[in-house]
Amino acid sequence: MTHDSSENITEDREPQNESENNWRRYFSFSTDHKVIGVQYMVTTFIFFLIGGLLAMLIRAELITPQSNVLDRPLYNGLFTLHGTIMIFLWIIPFNAGISNYLVPLMLGARDMAFPLLNAISFWILPPSGILLISSFLLPNGTAQSGWWSYPPISLQIPPGQPINGEFIWIVSIVLIGISSIMGAVNFVTTIFWMRAPGMTFFRMPVFVWSVLSAQLLQLINLPSLTGALILLLFDLSFGTQFFKPLENGDPIIYQHLFWFYSHPAVYIMALPAFGIFAEVLPAFSRNPLFGYRSLAVASLGIAVVSIFVWVHHMFTSATPSWMRILFMFTSMLVAVPTGVKAFGWTATVWKSKLHLETPMLFAMGGAAMFLLGGVTGVMLAAVPFDIHVHNTYFVVGHFHYIVFNTITMAIFAAIYYWFPKITGRMYAEGWGKVHFWLTFIGANLTFFPMLPLGLQGMVRRISSYDPRYQGWNVIASLGGFLLGVSILPFIANMIGSLLYGQRAVNNPWHATGLEWQTTSPPPRDNFEEIPVVKRPPYDYGDPKYSVIEPSDYHQGEK
Amino acid sequence: MSRFLEYLLIAGYIAVLLVVSHWIGQQAYSWMPPEATAEAQKVDSLFSFLTSIGAFIILGLVGMMVYSVLFFRAPKNDYSEGHPSRGDIKLEFLWTAAPTLLVLWLAFQGFNIYQQLNILGLQQVVHLHTPLEEPVYAASSDDKPKGAAETIDVFVKQWDWSFRYPNNFTSNELHLPVNRRTRLNMHAKDVLHSFYVPEFRLQQYIVPGRDIDLVVTPTRTGQYKLKDALFSGTYFALMDADVHIESLEQYNQWLSQTQHQPTTIKNQAVAEYTQPPKTFFKSGWYTVAPEQRAIANERKVMNDT
Repeated sequence: MTHDSSENITEDREPQNESENNWRRYFSFSTDHKVIGVQYMVTTFIFFLIGGLLAMLIRAELITPQSNVLDRPLYNGLFTLHGTIMIFLWIIPFNAGISNYLVPLMLGARDMAFPLLNAISFWILPPSGILLISSFLLPNGTAQSGWWSYPPISLQIPPGQPINGEFIWIVSIVLIGISSIMGAVNFVTTIFWMRAPGMTFFRMPVFVWSVLSAQLLQLINLPSLTGALILLLFDLSFGTQFFKPLENGDPIIYQHLFWFYSHPAVYIMALPAFGIFAEVLPAFSRNPLFGYRSLAVASLGIAVVSIFVWVHHMFTSATPSWMRILFMFTSMLVAVPTGVKAFGWTATVWKSKLHLETPMLFAMGGAAMFLLGGVTGVMLAAVPFDIHVHNTYFVVGHFHYIVFNTITMAIFAAIYYWFPKITGRMYAEGWGKVHFWLTFIGANLTFFPMLPLGLQGMVRRISSYDPRYQGWNVIASLGGFLLGVSILPFIANMIGSLLYGQRAVNNPWHATGLEWQTTSPPPRDNFEEIPVVKRPPYDYGDPKYSVIEPSDYHQGEK
Repeated sequence: MSRFLEYLLIAGYIAVLLVVSHWIGQQAYSWMPPEATAEAQKVDSLFSFLTSIGAFIILGLVGMMVYSVLFFRAPKNDYSEGHPSRGDIKLEFLWTAAPTLLVLWLAFQGFNIYQQLNILGLQQVVHLHTPLEEPVYAASSDDKPKGAAETIDVFVKQWDWSFRYPNNFTSNELHLPVNRRTRLNMHAKDVLHSFYVPEFRLQQYIVPGRDIDLVVTPTRTGQYKLKDALFSGTYFALMDADVHIESLEQYNQWLSQTQHQPTTIKNQAVAEYTQPPKTFFKSGWYTVAPEQRAIANERKVMNDT
């Protein structure tokens, strides 16, 4: 069922007479989904820079086997905050931002279903992030128990200090979780109820399918983490014993509750990335997305299967055999829908007409590296092998191949791809390519060495190590610094292009999505007239998208 | 004719891929540390198998992408369609069914090897200290001790390992007789720890309040390192202990000799707590203090748990 109920919401929104170029609205409590989208993306990017800086400090410590750069509590605090920031303040909310910007445009809607709730969801984020990072200023510093925050270690706090790093950590993550739940309600409602006339489910772009799947996971799984953290807070501050093993509590229950959210969280992060690949690859290979329906359904398939995989993080946590075996099967099963996606991308690119602009480079690079992340993931699902490499750098390498080499690469692809739409300016292509190559080389140098290190038995989260592991660690550290440098051309490009870039036309890539049919940047209500959708998505065979229209450029100049 | 040639080339590519990925799978054995237990050999053969299949998939798809980048480039400003195909039901069915079967095959291989490991003693037996009923969600219902020639108690705390041998002798070194099934009864005092010797290919969390046992069958004499694999706080990186696998005679000899010559082993965490290393950045943040008593080789019943 598709209908347009967006007319109802136009009344209670801010006045329309604001200038489109008024930068102040990005600092205001705007209810425009596009402004909120940009607010999310810029804010989370700042957190990404902070998280990256922490990672470089960690890599600086690991360049030599001895502990000589950071004292041990500081090192522990740094990897705890690095993981927390990158997951909860970078990838998940960045995806919320890009989805916020794109979903209503892609559906032909004027805004999200609940614009006010949307603004509230965003405005919870910056204070929560600042709160989390401010814990560096506490006398005993940040939380030090890793982003998993397993009890009982997370309950070991400085005596007589009720406000401590762990306390702040829990409060921030619960707040960020509340923001995510609000966002999820909004996305799911928008996708179900705000589609333009004719926009059936099987005319929605795969990106929207991916967002729908990811946000359904947020709704189903996130309450489990919130519950676990509130119980943990009670244990920490109010003397309860839910997770204290020596007082009849059970720390393993925490692990179940934690991973019940935090494994699907990987798909909450990855699904939008898969959606981005499904938009960028067809546009730059001039092909319809191969197997569109199976790729769309595979998004939901990933969501469904991923609810049943959490125990593979606990194969060594005194987990009984039947559970190990059952969850080995379910964890491996995720490979089927993700495999369908990877085959679909490859078939789209195969025998096509490739345009290797920056978004395409990032998408292809990300898709290729996803294969290594995925294959090592299947290995980790195999119980006997996991029992060897669990908690080693093999897991760290696998995980970063997914979260950096796939998802963050996809995020960069998305930024370059939709930059003209969002800003109305073109980015500098040459600098984009420099950014891509530095990132691609840096990412592989940083994260590949972690796989052999893990196979050889280097344990994760150690600040000093056996000298025999040094070779690969030096490569990983140098790669990490290169990754740090690689962000500089990106920042320069974004700021420079925003200010001085060439004016963008409405559809610079000759793409087919609805978002390309409005102006760049889109007007307050997205479309002059709500479009009526009569075609399947990815209609790249249509001559309309194949011919360069000079009028298009002209339109963009005004 | 050209279509026939294309199929021939693809068949040739697949054949080359099969050979190359099999070769990579064989190399995988050398990426791991030496195999020191009967379990290790089985884990390595599973890893080699997984690597072969993974290499086949990665090289196959990346090969197609690289080939596309090299040979399917569009002329500048040519935005006409690449090829009109929107899908192919047969192909999509094939690439859904094939990975499903492949995954089932991988899972059954994993299951088989897991069964063999279980027979060797991997299956955990969990005893709870607390009067709680054994929770079904996280503990083995098989509560019978497994057959083993030796039983050694493993005690772990922040940040120290110690081992109690059958004659009540306690040491900081883990000595295991080669080719004998030895049961390790593991007890944690404060937080979660994880027993991990890379050469054994085994890892097991140790949960305070539960005694978890694991049977290992060492097959290769030598000296190894036991590590705590699960983050256990400030001095986590120092949670090592020496593991010696030796012949039964040497093992017995060590047991009787060292009893008479107790030696004090310096606890690294205690040493660092009193004299922290000079690091560039110093936070001075709170840490749990390691217990001052450095454990010596001594004959003593420990009451840690």
